[in-house]
Amino acid sequence: MHSFLQKFGRLLVIWLPLGWLSIFFMLPLVEMVNVSLSEAKRAVPPYNPAFQIGKDGISFQPVVDNYLLIYEYWEDYLWPAVNSVRLAFFSTLYCLLFAYPMAWWIARSNKSLQHILLVLILMPFWTSSLLRMYALIGLLNPNGVINDFLIWAGITVTPIQMMQTDFSIYSGMILTYLPLMILPLYASLVRLDNSVLEAAADLGAKNWDIFRTIILPLSMPGVIAGCLLVFIPAVGEFVIPALLGGPEQLMLGKVIWTEFFRNRDWPVAAAIAIILIAIIIIPIVYARYQDKENIN
Amino acid sequence: MTPFIRIQNISKKFGELLAVDDVSFTLERGELFSLLGPSGCGKTTLLRMLAGFEKPSEGYIEIDGQDMANVDPADRPVNIMFQSYALFPHMSVSNNIAYGLKRALLPSDEIKARVEELLRLVDLSGMGARKPSTLSGGQRQRVALARALARRPKLLLLDEPLAALDKKLRTETQFELVNIQEQLGTTFIVVTHDQEEAMTLSTRIGVMDNGKLVQTATPNEIYEKPETRFVADFVGDISFLEATVIERTGKYWLMESATLIHATGSSTLTPGMKVSLAIRPEKITLTLQPTGYLNEFPVEIEDWAFYGAGTQYKVIGPDGIKLKVYQSHNQPSQANPRQLETGFVHFSPDATIILEG
Amino acid sequence: MRSTVPLLVKLLAIAGFGILYIPVIMMMIYSFNRSKLVSVWAGFSTKWYKELWYDDVLLTALYKSLLIGFSSATISTIFGLLIAIAFVRFANFKGRLFLSLVASAPLVMPEAVTGLSMLLLFIAMEVSFGWPSGRGVDTIMIAHATFGMCFAAVVIQTRLRDMDKSLEEAARDLGGRQPFVFLSIILPLILPSIIAAWLLSFTLSFDDLVIASFVSGPGSSTLPIVIFSKIRLGVSPEINAIATLMILAISALIMIGSFLVLRRDGKK
Repeated sequence: MHSFLQKFGRLLVIWLPLGWLSIFFMLPLVEMVNVSLSEAKRAVPPYNPAFQIGKDGISFQPVVDNYLLIYEYWEDYLWPAVNSVRLAFFSTLYCLLFAYPMAWWIARSNKSLQHILLVLILMPFWTSSLLRMYALIGLLNPNGVINDFLIWAGITVTPIQMMQTDFSIYSGMILTYLPLMILPLYASLVRLDNSVLEAAADLGAKNWDIFRTIILPLSMPGVIAGCLLVFIPAVGEFVIPALLGGPEQLMLGKVIWTEFFRNRDWPVAAAIAIILIAIIIIPIVYARYQDKENIN
Repeated sequence: MTPFIRIQNISKKFGELLAVDDVSFTLERGELFSLLGPSGCGKTTLLRMLAGFEKPSEGYIEIDGQDMANVDPADRPVNIMFQSYALFPHMSVSNNIAYGLKRALLPSDEIKARVEELLRLVDLSGMGARKPSTLSGGQRQRVALARALARRPKLLLLDEPLAALDKKLRTETQFELVNIQEQLGTTFIVVTHDQEEAMTLSTRIGVMDNGKLVQTATPNEIYEKPETRFVADFVGDISFLEATVIERTGKYWLMESATLIHATGSSTLTPGMKVSLAIRPEKITLTLQPTGYLNEFPVEIEDWAFYGAGTQYKVIGPDGIKLKVYQSHNQPSQANPRQLETGFVHFSPDATIILEG
Repeated sequence: MRSTVPLLVKLLAIAGFGILYIPVIMMMIYSFNRSKLVSVWAGFSTKWYKELWYDDVLLTALYKSLLIGFSSATISTIFGLLIAIAFVRFANFKGRLFLSLVASAPLVMPEAVTGLSMLLLFIAMEVSFGWPSGRGVDTIMIAHATFGMCFAAVVIQTRLRDMDKSLEEAARDLGGRQPFVFLSIILPLILPSIIAAWLLSFTLSFDDLVIASFVSGPGSSTLPIVIFSKIRLGVSPEINAIATLMILAISALIMIGSFLVLRRDGKK
């Protein structure tokens, strides 16, 4: 037993997870490409797989109808794609806007306060994002807490429409992704040597100068890591546009869901998913490139 | 004439802790002044107050007639060379040096010229494009120095400038620093815990202990005429003898210790007074046979250490008096230390430093 | 410099914390509101909690979620540990690049994509091999374990990398061999990160909506699926109640966890 482990232990350690992930992560993606090239039909499952190993052998009958459909109805599909990128982009920006001061404050606090603040940041992260979105609905609804307060305080007479707007999407995104943005920023900022900042001040730099010429450049790796960590999943978000967004906030995650569950058009859903991957592949590759740079 | 730099009754309290206690001194233009003291004596706090990173609890600082109260570090005619150098890791050597000049909004060709000039000054010409991480410790220090001198500050503060360097580099850098300072005529204040560093670099030294400025004098005066037991002990090696004053005879004071001591001293002594006598090791002579000179007594040789240029002995005299004796190796009648067990020591009355209490 | 955190920065930071906490706190307060409507406070009441107790659908879903969470978290942690070991302790090996790609992609892949693709695989497998027959607890568990192990790997890797190597070297110097040294020296040292990884995987599994929706079948609805459909139908204070309970439970766990970690670090 012992020698078995000696000889094969290493291989096991590598190949067990590698095997699992190949089967349950890579293979599904391959199958999804397969289905995206398949013909829809009234059956269970509702498509005829392009590539299948059946009792009669292997057959390969790809069909590009799905992509053509998307191309034809590109307004229905391109627009949500652009919209997804737009909403994800600005969500990332707003997250950065709030996350940077928070990360800075935490990084500059003493050790015990840092611990407490970090736990405070992570606690919402551990609670279901679904429930947090629900809580947000309670705030933003026409008969929700904020409108109640505004009417009671006499600031407005009719409720302000906050749900199903870009604003509600951004609120949801920030609520969901803020901790993800803060952590790499914090990691970057906490390494900043205080004497470097004092040196800059000594040489004539005012606060804004110090931020612009010293702090920002040195924290750039953290900024980039945080932005990628938020932007990439945000593009494919489903729950946030589903619960908080209206028709103007349609995003690709919701489109996939709708095609799949409502229209029962699995091949088109698969095709859209492939397109979604195509959109985020560039940031993903860039993120991996950054990782390598940082390790070096 | 008003002194160039005046530090007046400066105190700094951190909560209950009095880090700097009523420190006052003045500097003339072009001095190289050292603040010398052990860790925790307040010298770094004083440095930071001069730079503007801490506000004094009491007192004021005046530089070239200008009161520094409420003046930001960025606006002071003071620059620091940090102990850790604090170079900007993401900027090249040239950009590090140019940083202060850019903040001063100088035209770019002037900045370029000045950076070249400074690189030449610290002997780093041609290294402008390098990044700090690719430089050695000594090179980084020179960049830090050049950067701190770029804005032509009236006062340059150096925080333990030689601490991070190895011995050989330290000696070289010492000379370089003094050279540069004399060339430029900038007033330097060096903060250090290393008394050798302070003595070799400075025109004057201020010794600090527990927040107080204990003595301010030239290196020579600090060494030969320390005013307190702390200063005597902190700077260089020294031996102490406790004695009671007897009376004055002619040139000398007679004192009672384990033996009779003749000492040259001021006239503020009174018979019966208890004093500490301090004697530098090189001022004591060790002989095999008694010589008949004043202040001589027999000793047992307890230990010795060979220093190349000389040997230091630890000897015990009558009544358990412990003395350190340094014998440099230029005397022909040198006995082999290995064979020495007993001997005689003597020292001149002029060599005694009388400290009260 | 330390004292001058500019006011603007402080205000933005406080606003950020506010955004994170105010919605949730309000929701918890309203879970005790007798009235169904948010706009009317009708007095303190625990009736929604009582209703929760009798809601069979919700309770079954809770049970399913816990079951799936426990099992997938355990698988995730084990496999995540293997991945971490491979990356930190093995020098170059064949497939290292591939493993790093395939272990980091799930971290950023949109859930809709992962969910849909896994469902399609399960169907293809069912057609070709007959397994899995239908979707249910097992398919959800596999799906959760798949992305869970990638998160677990990240958590464990950091700790493994920063570990003090001299302890292990001492053990080997005294005659210990792998894998004994690993089990008796290294594993205990990285135990906090393993626990953290398990908790993280559990949370991710327990909270997952999208992937579970794609790969679940009839009778295997998880808690988020049930909650989501309830929300779709309209605001139900019952959800406030269960949300409050879940948040309090998780917060308590976290506080205990971080208290333990702080104590351990403090002792060092």
